[in-house]
Amino acid sequence: MAEGEKYRKERLDRGIKARSDTIYVLASSRDLLYLLMPRALPVALLILLPILLHGTYWEKVLFYSCIFGLLALSWDFMNSVGLVSLGQALFFGAGAYFAGALNHYLGWPIFLTIPAGTIGGALICTALLVPVVRLRGVYFSIVTLILPLLFAHLIETLEILGGTHGLLSLSAYPSGWIAIYLAVGALLLALFGFRKILDEDFGMILRGIRDDDRVVMAAGVNIYWYKAQSIFLAAAVGSFAGALMTHYYQFVGRSVLALDYTILPLAAVVLGGPGSFAGAALGSFILVPLSEALRAMGGLRMALYGLILIGALAALPEGIFHYLQRRYHQFERMVKV
Amino acid sequence: MEIIIYGITNSISLALMAIGFSLTFGISGLPNFAHGAFYLLGGILTWIFLNQLGIPYLVAALLSILAIGAFGFFLYWGLMLRLRGLAINEVIATLAVAIVIIEVLRWMGFSGFSYVLPPFIRGSVNIGGVWVDNQRIVMVGIGAALIVVLYLFTRRTKTGLSFRAIAQNERTAIAVGIDPDWTAALSLAMGSGLAVVAGLAILPLGAIDTEMGYDILLYALAVGIIGGLESLPGALLGSFILGFSQILVATFLRAQWQTVVTLAAIVIILAIKPSGLLGKYKELEERV
Repeated sequence: MAEGEKYRKERLDRGIKARSDTIYVLASSRDLLYLLMPRALPVALLILLPILLHGTYWEKVLFYSCIFGLLALSWDFMNSVGLVSLGQALFFGAGAYFAGALNHYLGWPIFLTIPAGTIGGALICTALLVPVVRLRGVYFSIVTLILPLLFAHLIETLEILGGTHGLLSLSAYPSGWIAIYLAVGALLLALFGFRKILDEDFGMILRGIRDDDRVVMAAGVNIYWYKAQSIFLAAAVGSFAGALMTHYYQFVGRSVLALDYTILPLAAVVLGGPGSFAGAALGSFILVPLSEALRAMGGLRMALYGLILIGALAALPEGIFHYLQRRYHQFERMVKV
Repeated sequence: MEIIIYGITNSISLALMAIGFSLTFGISGLPNFAHGAFYLLGGILTWIFLNQLGIPYLVAALLSILAIGAFGFFLYWGLMLRLRGLAINEVIATLAVAIVIIEVLRWMGFSGFSYVLPPFIRGSVNIGGVWVDNQRIVMVGIGAALIVVLYLFTRRTKTGLSFRAIAQNERTAIAVGIDPDWTAALSLAMGSGLAVVAGLAILPLGAIDTEMGYDILLYALAVGIIGGLESLPGALLGSFILGFSQILVATFLRAQWQTVVTLAAIVIILAIKPSGLLGKYKELEERV
């Protein structure tokens, strides 16, 4: 490089991206593959993995990854409306306790408690958060941070719902296959469902609320109604994860309201990349197996999530998914200034 | 009488916990969720200086205040500066810092009755028929002194005035030549240092417990939110409301209700009047 010459990085779309973006009559199978692969491959892998991992310890890890993936997706969905939650544990705990209590006190079977827990938990969470949807930014986050703690303390103080002991010996799944495919199916449904919702007109309003809520209000849209709807959707996904996990453990206690169920999904989204849902799922499929591999670290795992959060925020704020997506669609080269 | 005395001491201890958090948030809008972790870390640092390095108490205390203050300062330049303006990322990052500090300390086992800071003055005095240990009186003294010093600092010194200028209108403040990053870093350093001051005043009353790292943050948040997150009188009012209601609840119901009252107060105040009872600057920013 000669003295005084400067170079800068330039990013260009790959030819195949330009072709497959604009030309709808696909010319070659290569274009078709280019478009399909990023979607079909993970789906196929997710459907096959339970069979491949059947009977091993990693089957359980896959299940946890799906559970945390669901929580991360629900966080990401709320984030795309501009509602930043620091309390995914609230959704998780509401679903878990709702399903657990129906099963424990009323003896409802699993195929009733899980849907009931999903809807009931989501309704409870929506009812709790609707009074504060007017709050913005940090203030809304503080409420969501406090609520699960408040309920954990209430359960302990009032000794309701099993108090500190929790509800024991809930019904188990008739077969492990049902649990794991429910989790995988729900994850895929939530992932593609949320992406679809945000592409619709409905989603356009949600994104508008995130970008500038006052403009959307000025356009005559009742943003509180939209916020309430999206809280319900996100809470339903979180509560479903809770209800699913309750019957997997056959136990529900105050631990479902703990900080873990808030921090891990959050770390997963930040690591994977917020805003795309795929990033959230990817993040939890990296973090959960990683944390299982580091099980020997015990209590230090929470600290590790914290470090990952800090590192991801500082070094790769766009997230792994967006980075991969960029490399897939574009190439970089140095050009002379 | 007991209720009044313990109400006052409890309120002052809450005010001490909250004052650093309120200061940082009020000036730079930086929600320092690592506040409780700094409080805890400061206490443990002093314990280490005192018991393992044999440094005199006063020096150890000053050293830890300075160390944590410096940590806060460099935390701003190293991490928070990159996330400036993204309020949510600031919350997530400081919460992550808090978790790292608290969980590492928990893992190292800094918890329990062997980790006790000695009181500044031993013994207790009788006030109107109630025995109050001297540490509580010292704590009230420190709290009152701190409030007076901070009041004078923000109204009489140049740095304090520049802090308030940034808090009231950042753009105008920049226009008259105040460096917002420098101010924010300084406010984070001061807030962190104040967390340690609070810890040193309060911790001798009991044993060090890592769980406190999260609780202190909640108390600071509660006090700040009740009174208004950026106003000093508000923080004082908030701590008295919360302090007396905690003592009343603990006397007439059970001690476990204290936490429930604190948490419920945060949610209720945020739902009704999010700028707090005395807050005024940020009314339009926080809700639509």
